[in-house]
Amino acid sequence: MNNNIDWKKYLIVFLITVGLFVTAIYLSNYFGNQKINQLKIIQDKIAIDILSSETQFSLLSELSCKSISDSVFSSELGELGSKLEWSETNLGNTDEVSYLKKYYSLLQIKDYLLAKKISSRCGTKSAFILYFYTTAQNCSDCEKQGLVLSTLRAEYPELRVYSFDYSIDLSAVNSMLKIYKIKDTELPALVIDDEVLTGFHGLIDLKNHVQESFKLQEPVTKKVSIP
Amino acid sequence: MTSVFDFIFYILIFLSVYVQVFFFITFIENRKKIVIRNGKIKLETYPSVTITVPCWNEENTVEKTINSLLGLNYPKDKLKIFLIDDGSTDNTWNVINKFKDYPNIKVFQKENGGKFTALNLGLQYTETDFFGGLDADSFAEPESLVRIMSFFEKDSNTMAVAPSVIISNSKNIFKKAQKAEYNMGVYFKKMLCFLGAINVTPGPMTIFKKKVFDDLGGYCHGHNTEDMEIAYRMQKNNYKIEHCNDAYVYTNTPETTKKLYKQRLRWIYGFLNNTIDYRKVLFKKKYGNFAVFTLPMGVISIFSIIYLFSRIVYNLGNFLYSKIIQFETVGFSLRLKSFIFDPFFINTQTFMFLIFSIYFLIFFSLILGRKMAEGKWGLSLDMLYFFPVFAIIAPFWLVRAIYNTLLQRKPAWR
Repeated sequence: MNNNIDWKKYLIVFLITVGLFVTAIYLSNYFGNQKINQLKIIQDKIAIDILSSETQFSLLSELSCKSISDSVFSSELGELGSKLEWSETNLGNTDEVSYLKKYYSLLQIKDYLLAKKISSRCGTKSAFILYFYTTAQNCSDCEKQGLVLSTLRAEYPELRVYSFDYSIDLSAVNSMLKIYKIKDTELPALVIDDEVLTGFHGLIDLKNHVQESFKLQEPVTKKVSIP
Repeated sequence: MTSVFDFIFYILIFLSVYVQVFFFITFIENRKKIVIRNGKIKLETYPSVTITVPCWNEENTVEKTINSLLGLNYPKDKLKIFLIDDGSTDNTWNVINKFKDYPNIKVFQKENGGKFTALNLGLQYTETDFFGGLDADSFAEPESLVRIMSFFEKDSNTMAVAPSVIISNSKNIFKKAQKAEYNMGVYFKKMLCFLGAINVTPGPMTIFKKKVFDDLGGYCHGHNTEDMEIAYRMQKNNYKIEHCNDAYVYTNTPETTKKLYKQRLRWIYGFLNNTIDYRKVLFKKKYGNFAVFTLPMGVISIFSIIYLFSRIVYNLGNFLYSKIIQFETVGFSLRLKSFIFDPFFINTQTFMFLIFSIYFLIFFSLILGRKMAEGKWGLSLDMLYFFPVFAIIAPFWLVRAIYNTLLQRKPAWR
């Protein structure tokens, strides 16, 4: 009867299994790092885009609003946002991701300031929403608010939504929280045309706000375009 | 809490990978010993064999079963066939009675008492040194018996030889999936044979030395899996069980989900309860790989499949919930987003690579099983059906078998 146990084989199989685990961990880290690098490349590109737009804007000043086209707005911010959000839940490398997220928040603020400047000086049709949410605690309203904002953004290409994690611990974001007096008990919070809306706001409600925001710009547009 | 679940998840993945690698290494070690004989073989001597066919309401298939026995390439005077009607309520008795005048066939009729009682009746009248059963829904290939008997001739220590149980024709997707599974079963059985760790001597045509029953007693109820219980008993007593991979016996498989569910529930319930009955052999060195590998492996597999399935269901539930929330919040958006495939979003977490390696090894087993059962290399559509059919249904009978075991509820035969 073959009842002799070949312990050596059990050990070899164990080592092979450990080897497979180590390989899997290595591959996972490798691809994780590749993704982090990809995020860094996108961020660098956005940073250059914004810097370039700022410089272009300063150089040409108000005289050449015509030459300020949509291309000055970095189109990759949205892509970066969704990739960062995905990375937060799917990549183990949280330190790297949270660092990138801080950088992303800064880029958003810069983009916001620049876009607002261009909009007010050149009268381009646009609306801005600053959106504050939290990942530190379970916030089901924040998830719903995110969905509403994505839908709105798809509907109004001129709408620019900037989202900030309340718990990010970044001085620039903290300053905005102070300016708009936003507390963590009132999340999600939205800022449209300096008006602060706290708690969940539905699609129809926000549509009205966005359209209102577009209307507000109309007289401004006339003022600027007929100097 | 999440980390506890993740920890269990990775432990189960580790054990599942271990099991698959163990089979793979066993194959690498023994691949040259796997022989598939084509054509007829001759034995030096042809010992007498008794084959018992227990029948319970098998009017549709039993005749074909008997004819397959009569068609065996084995001297007619050395082959005794017992046909036992175990209290059928259909026309089975009339069908088998037609064969009563054959010189090597004996027919019996008894009150219904279960398959093991019919086999024991056959044992009671057996005068030959070799005994086997053949389920009345299975058909022996003409060369199967002589190939099985060659194993006894080769090694006098062999006490039982199991054949390769496969499916001949498979019409629907359901049966095709089972065909791939049975083929894979041939490969796994051969590997367990090399390890001396077979835990089932299948009802279709396993041939035993009569001495096994003289020494260890007849068949038991064995939680409706008497063919498993006798194998456990043999392993406990260190009786050698071989697998003759080129002795093919074709079996009928359930054609509906309900029937398959019932059959597998019975098998898994039998496995769990026989393992509980024989728990004293678990992890004992003297019972060999049967105690250290086969039984723990079976239990691990059951829990891994249930756990992985629960995780998938949980994730699917979460996904559906988020979709419902989305619908409630922003309604059904007809505006299709331009979908561009971005490899960034491919999940590259560690467990993905490990699950991929498990699937790869299972796929390898399916291919080798096909080679051993059908003599063909390569992929078949049956293999593609195998994964979805079993991944979706198997967890249900596994969970039910555990539930029944905990509450001591015995599943019905059919």
